[in-house]
Amino acid sequence: MEYVSPEGLRLDGRRPMEMRQIRAEIGAVSKADGSAIFEMGNTKVIAAVYGPREVQNRSQISNHALVRCEYSMANFSTGDRMRKSKGDRRSTEISLVIRQTMEAAILTHLLPRSQIDIYVQVLQADGGTRSACINAATLALADAGIPMRDLVTSCSAGYLNSTSLLDLNYVEDSAGGPDVTLGILPKLDKVTLLQMDSKLPIDILETVMQLAIEGCKAIANYIREILLENTKQLEYRRGV
Amino acid sequence: MRRIQLPLSQTQKVRLQKTLEQLESLSSKVNSDASVIIADSIPVNHEDGVLKGHGTADLNGEVVATVCGVVERVNKLVYVRSLRSRYKPEVGDIVIGRVVEVAQKRWRLDINFNQDAVLMLSSMNMPDGVQRRRTALDELNMRCIFEENDVVCAEVRGFQHDGLHLQARSRKYGKLNRGQLLSVPPYLVKRQKQHFHHLEEFGIDLIIGCNGFIWVGEHIEAKDDMVEDQVSQSDPQVLLHNSVSLEEQERNYTILETRKYICRAANAVRVLSILSFNMTLEIIKGIIDLSLSMNLDIHEMLGSEFCVLVAEKEAERRSSNKKKR
Repeated sequence: MEYVSPEGLRLDGRRPMEMRQIRAEIGAVSKADGSAIFEMGNTKVIAAVYGPREVQNRSQISNHALVRCEYSMANFSTGDRMRKSKGDRRSTEISLVIRQTMEAAILTHLLPRSQIDIYVQVLQADGGTRSACINAATLALADAGIPMRDLVTSCSAGYLNSTSLLDLNYVEDSAGGPDVTLGILPKLDKVTLLQMDSKLPIDILETVMQLAIEGCKAIANYIREILLENTKQLEYRRGV
Repeated sequence: MRRIQLPLSQTQKVRLQKTLEQLESLSSKVNSDASVIIADSIPVNHEDGVLKGHGTADLNGEVVATVCGVVERVNKLVYVRSLRSRYKPEVGDIVIGRVVEVAQKRWRLDINFNQDAVLMLSSMNMPDGVQRRRTALDELNMRCIFEENDVVCAEVRGFQHDGLHLQARSRKYGKLNRGQLLSVPPYLVKRQKQHFHHLEEFGIDLIIGCNGFIWVGEHIEAKDDMVEDQVSQSDPQVLLHNSVSLEEQERNYTILETRKYICRAANAVRVLSILSFNMTLEIIKGIIDLSLSMNLDIHEMLGSEFCVLVAEKEAERRSSNKKKR
């Protein structure tokens, strides 16, 4: 199948280096300490953060905050409506990935004897749910006022028809080609997450990764804008 | 950006937008660029020496923020005051909590902090007002004082090795009855001289806990239980049984008028919470008076029209305050 037309356009009309439209909104769940909705094209994810709060399992109390994450997909999120069992392998793996990525950024030593729960749910799935979940979780954590080293942003990139493509959608994702998901700390310039399906020559991996980094940075800029506006608004609305 | 979640008509939307813009222009100009978000570097003068406070970290010699909030500077100290985070206790704060567990010699209270707070049996006045050593019998009778899910008002005592300790060594602290508990983001509550308020005209008590829990309840006269206790002891034990229960009934009954005022005050707090305005007594009173003067029903106070009106009034109030200065 042809994923990039001779004119250099992808199936959904994007250029190879183009990202989908992104949109973020803070404060979607009123009872949570922090929450956010993040959209990348047709992928839509909601995240809620509870905590830092008392550790539920007393035996896990430590000098660092305990971070827990639960990823789930809504039944209506995919094309065919499927009943998904809660603890399937895919969602367990993604929960773990998100937990590790966020834990690397949270300053857990400042929050002893407490736990932070992150719940992410995919409302619409169209490829790149992993990245969207991480971006949503970052926003929700920032909204909850949890101290972090840096924002974490994530973006995926792939390689199809000998072209590197940024931000794969569902059709491109299911083509079976290489799919690199990258998570970075933009200010520290460090990688916290790197996953790849399938195989890729090492020199091409470099270029694909570079492309993904560019994507992550673009998302970081957008998230910064949203957060700054939110902070300003909270401050002036509160009054003196 | 955090939107105000209200079903607004077109005109209301325009009015709210205008009011919010007005509020933005009213906020102090000095602080306009003090908002920072995670990983923003904070400009500091390194020659003077810098003390890094809460919400800041060091990155290659640069001071960066670790939370979203507002930069505050006190002499050499630079810190970030975070908005929308959980309550950060300070010694002497008046807080309201909910009992989550009755444990050995202590209650565990949820006070919206990183961990549950501890209220020791020994750090509170007994309801009978007698000062004495707490016996094993007192320990067994702890559930008579506070049970699970009771709402309790107390004061922050400080950090001990096993967490945050509270104390309730005065008549004004203790179990809260016959009212509503509301929870708002703690950054909306400013520490003040007075957190206990008695609204005489409505016959209600308003306790604004520093942890963002707000209590609205029927006014209770802080009477001296000790005296009463002696009287009841001296009374002959042959009191008629049904007369006691009648008295008890009367004590448990709140008149409709007061209940209505409680709901009105609670809704005023809810409106402020929706709009995320600061909670103070005068503002809450202002909203109750506004709703009364407009003859609004209690449920209508949560409608979008009233919210927009409150926002407009608040903008007016702040601008007049500013002119006075």
